[in-house]
Amino acid sequence: METILFLAPTEADGTLSQNALETLGAAKALTAELAGSSLIAGLVGATIQPAANQIAGCGATRCLGVAGTELAQSRYSTDAAAAEALAQAAGATLILAPAGSRWNRALPGVAQRLGGRVDTHVTALAAADGKPAITRWYYRQRMEGTLTRTTRPWIVLLESGCAPAWSGDAGRATVENIPVALPPLRTSVTGLKAPPADEQTIRPDAKLLFVAGAGWTKKQADGLAHAAEAEQLILGFLKTAQASLGSTKSLVDLSGEGQAVLKFMTHLNQVGQTGSTPRHPKGLATCCHGEEPHTVGWRFIGERRAINLNAGCSWAQGKADVLYVADAFAVMREVNRLLAARPS
Amino acid sequence: MPSYHIVVCGSLVPDPLQTLEPISTPTGPALKNEMMLPAMLDPWAGHALFEAANLAKQHPGSKVWLVALGPKAKLQQVLMTIAQKVPFELVALDGPASGFAESAEVAAALAGAINGITGLDKTRLLLFGGWESASRGTGTTMQMVGEHLGIVDQFQGVDQLTVRSDGSFDILERVEGGKHQVSACAGAPALLGWATGNLPEPANNPQVGMLNMRTAMPALQRAKPIKVTNDGVAFAGVSLPRQRRDTRIVKDLTPDAVAREIVEWITRD
Ligand SMILES: Cc1cc2nc3c(=O)[nH]c(=O)nc-3n(C[C@H](O)[C@H](O)[C@H](O)COP(=O)(O)OP(=O)(O)OC[C@H]3O[C@@H](n4cnc5c(N)ncnc54)[C@H](O)[C@@H]3O)c2cc1C
Repeated sequence: METILFLAPTEADGTLSQNALETLGAAKALTAELAGSSLIAGLVGATIQPAANQIAGCGATRCLGVAGTELAQSRYSTDAAAAEALAQAAGATLILAPAGSRWNRALPGVAQRLGGRVDTHVTALAAADGKPAITRWYYRQRMEGTLTRTTRPWIVLLESGCAPAWSGDAGRATVENIPVALPPLRTSVTGLKAPPADEQTIRPDAKLLFVAGAGWTKKQADGLAHAAEAEQLILGFLKTAQASLGSTKSLVDLSGEGQAVLKFMTHLNQVGQTGSTPRHPKGLATCCHGEEPHTVGWRFIGERRAINLNAGCSWAQGKADVLYVADAFAVMREVNRLLAARPS
Repeated sequence: MPSYHIVVCGSLVPDPLQTLEPISTPTGPALKNEMMLPAMLDPWAGHALFEAANLAKQHPGSKVWLVALGPKAKLQQVLMTIAQKVPFELVALDGPASGFAESAEVAAALAGAINGITGLDKTRLLLFGGWESASRGTGTTMQMVGEHLGIVDQFQGVDQLTVRSDGSFDILERVEGGKHQVSACAGAPALLGWATGNLPEPANNPQVGMLNMRTAMPALQRAKPIKVTNDGVAFAGVSLPRQRRDTRIVKDLTPDAVAREIVEWITRD
């Protein structure tokens, strides 16, 4: 029997994100599976009434909130204070929250304050023998573990795309405002830094991840490197295919060392052990060897194809569905031509 | 100009080129032949250490400590590879560096060690670490260490720290969609969980190595044993994913034919 708190930050417009709705879906399913359990909603943000109304039909027995201009910002001190207050007001034993930079930063510290435990990057949540059990990856997506805990409260941060989003009727919800003593503010969020829209190469919602490897900058059959053409082929493809751009470590490291390589590549593009683990239905790797520290970052890529000159590259070792042994320059030139010629 | 006491929390992980295999032991999951696997400094913690050393160099009067919890023999091995990189004083704790060790217990041990550092000025403290380990990969330990030490100005996924002359600073943290959140903080004490940052790996400097080893060997010798009990956790199992796909290797198509296949594939729903 658990008191389950669905704990979410609201977006700038006061509503809930897709991942928050997925977490609510998982929370509701778990509440139903664990006999005698109840669901409480907890919302944090500058405005929370739109979110409360959005989920009015979710079956939560109470809707608690902490609202205020200070909570508009994603900031540890204020977020932790708000989340702690909501967990305590709810008497929560299990706290389910959407993963994301904001809660990933704040909730581990909240677990410490509550004398509880926390699990992040959770990819599945279910009841096993009447107890909640979670699944997550260890050693950077190299092995998967399932565990339960007896310590309460237990905070679980659910990754996006792992549960069906809750959907139901909106209504008019009554929010219980929970008072919070915020600590003195020494940090303020002053903005977001992003490349200009036409140079933004990371698109989390894209259907395709296009990965470029160091091969794009290496000497080719004619004995010369063709970085300028590589840049033009890759940018051209990203634009027409609206793909998201990933990179290997080798390639971003080259860029960092100031070599004349792909200027739009940064460490944020890096996929793998010390990079990101993006989620896309399809992925195309080009001029990339497919070594393990890179390919662990492909854990959540559905269909995988690779283009490499070398039939013996690691993609051939059961890491891709299809490996094209071909020159990526020649292939991508033609891909871009075909895409440009398609009727829009 | 401000000066800092920078404490970097960082441990070791198996070399990522090694094949890892989980096994089940009476005390929970572990890696097969864990003690035999070559180890290295956890990459994001490594970036934190290099950023710390760079900051200390720019702010005379600053000092860097590396607080590491791991099996003593392994710590010694890893030390050999990093001691020549940048100057630091080691604080060693002898215990597990396993990805299955509970972060709350690890955090308590690290906080205890930090509280025990003689001469540490907490008003000038910058607590650094990696934003996630390459073992447990939870990104939870540093926040808890911060809580133990009462630091509520915390940042995660940090790629840049810019100190102003009045001691306040600007921080870039990774957020969704390839963007950075920009924050201004009044100054130390603060906690920064680093992502990659901006620095290349420093070249080896034997003089730095000699200086480091003078304090590091005694630190290893007096490393306090730490037991991680994992109380309250029960693993139902840990397994390797179905790694292998049935790779179709296409060798004899022209680039144009490959391009047609790819376009057909990416435009199909
Ligand atoms: C601690 C640690 C962490 C690491 N973390 C990561 C990580 O997060 N992400 C990551 O990516 N790597 C990581 N690595 C590095 C990893 O081991 C590899 O070195 C790296 O992924 C190799 O990058 P690459 O495939 O781009 O380059 P290379 O190995 O240089 O491969 C280039 C490939 O391009 C091909 N090629 C060249 N020209 C063409 C052409 N015209 N057409 C088609 N193919 C061509 C070549 O055949 C070759 O296979 C890590 C390593 C360590 C030690």
